[in-house]
Amino acid sequence: MEHYWQEISALTMRWVRRLSREKFSMLFTLVQPMLFWLIFFGNLFQRAADTQVMQAPNYISFLAAGVVIMTVLNNGLAGGVDLLFDKENGFLERLMSTPIHRTSVILSRFIFVMGITSMQVLVILGVSYLFGVHPATGILGVATILLIGMMFGVGLTAISMAMAFSVKSHGDFFSVLGFLSLPMIFLSSALVPLTAMPGWMSFLAQFNPMTWAIDAVRPLILSGWTEALPHVGMVILVMLVFDALCLYGGAKAFRRAMG
Amino acid sequence: MDRTIAIDVSHLCKTYDSHHAVNDLSFQVYAGEIFGLLGPNGAGKSTTLRTLITLLHPTSGTATVMGHDTVREADTVRTLIGYVPQERAIDRFLTGREHLQLLGALYHLTTDEATKRINELLKLVDLEDHADRPAKTYSGGMKRKLDIACGLLPNPKILFLDEPTLGLDVQSRLRIWEYVRMLKARGMTVVMTTNYLDEADQLCDRLAIIDGGKIKTLGSPIELKIALGGDIVSLTLKELDRIPSLETELKGRPAIKSVRTTTKGLDIRVESPEKALPAILEAANRLGCSIEFIQYNRPRLDDVFIAHTGRAITESIPETESAS
Repeated sequence: MEHYWQEISALTMRWVRRLSREKFSMLFTLVQPMLFWLIFFGNLFQRAADTQVMQAPNYISFLAAGVVIMTVLNNGLAGGVDLLFDKENGFLERLMSTPIHRTSVILSRFIFVMGITSMQVLVILGVSYLFGVHPATGILGVATILLIGMMFGVGLTAISMAMAFSVKSHGDFFSVLGFLSLPMIFLSSALVPLTAMPGWMSFLAQFNPMTWAIDAVRPLILSGWTEALPHVGMVILVMLVFDALCLYGGAKAFRRAMG
Repeated sequence: MDRTIAIDVSHLCKTYDSHHAVNDLSFQVYAGEIFGLLGPNGAGKSTTLRTLITLLHPTSGTATVMGHDTVREADTVRTLIGYVPQERAIDRFLTGREHLQLLGALYHLTTDEATKRINELLKLVDLEDHADRPAKTYSGGMKRKLDIACGLLPNPKILFLDEPTLGLDVQSRLRIWEYVRMLKARGMTVVMTTNYLDEADQLCDRLAIIDGGKIKTLGSPIELKIALGGDIVSLTLKELDRIPSLETELKGRPAIKSVRTTTKGLDIRVESPEKALPAILEAANRLGCSIEFIQYNRPRLDDVFIAHTGRAITESIPETESAS
């Protein structure tokens, strides 16, 4: 157990070091493009969006929940990229030829991605706050938002790692990534509520786990506990199933790649 | 020489779909030797190596390292070996020292132990002055040295090198060879893959030529060359009438395998030139044959390779080769 911890902390430190080596990259990781959605998209549609339809005082407060989960989505889907490079240049083989627990590398990656994602979510909620979006459920609500984000993020990171271990080249990886991310966003309640969508889109969006996550985060920000709790309970169930499936697939891909 | 068996590979097969990457491979590596797996790309060298370092499970057959099965006792095997993957298995953002520290933790060394060993290794591979610079600033040779230091960090019984000098310049190449010889002198067993014939020839005590997933031949470079029929010493004599008497004199002598007359002299196949040349010169001297011209041709490993695989090693040999 002590060994396991030594391995995981050393491997996690490696990801942190890599990030800290590139000051620019670190800056852009924290102040990342999702913030532009919030600031520009949020303000741009302030008057175009119908607050009756949105069921929110203004568009930016409606959008905040979506941007939080979009951040989780992007980080999660990109979470396997570094392992992909490790696999391609042989670093992963070097790590796996040492007497470490087989799960250490993967676990370190989860810890790192979840840590960075949490920080970004907090940055987004902080910026939203500056635009007057004050979470109705307070600190505990923010903690719940982080929990939902993490649960969604674990599954996404597992998908990303599974892809990293299965693809032939990183070109394939990025094509799939680029292909997945936008439809996931549009076919969810991130930008407009399901009720305002064309029928076929809202039908598809129901099957998107992202919709469930956003529908739980949104009342936590806009309304309060009474309205949020049923959604939170539901999303936790959905995410447990989602994570179980993704982790199962990820473990299978990992075992196939690592013999 | 110590003949303890360090690695025992028995009827190893690895199949991907219907393709046999390795097909019924059996060989042993003795403790303390430098053993080479020589073959073109795709011959099955890497598959064999990756099985030995526990990263691949054989489809059938077994491999043991110091008596431990690479599948069932993988964790034990991992504590006994060091691995140097092909070039650039390096995290460009980490410094040399950080690479070693990371591995120190993965081998469960204490901080003190790790610090001590890391300083020794940095000194050994001449990277002390560059230890705290990110690896992206390193030259190819420096990266390779760091790779080797990483492989040596666990203080392994057996070091596995995958194409240790691929793409290196001449000096770095010679440097790496020096390290490998030094490690052998310290009693370490070294297993390396290469597709450079001269590297196998210079460095390996014994080598297996692998092609199409099978071992074509196995032995020391000298044995393999001798098996082809030995070196040839060609003599051109001044007085052609003395040829028959010299031929009779040389035939059946130790270290001389066969003697054949040519138009101007003799072609003598010898086992080892070191023993045969003095004998030949002494005999010629005694019979009063003056020699006009003497030429000595040593079969090269290229000839061995061609003889056993039916073709030259497919990878083209880089320009640096000619200078070494």
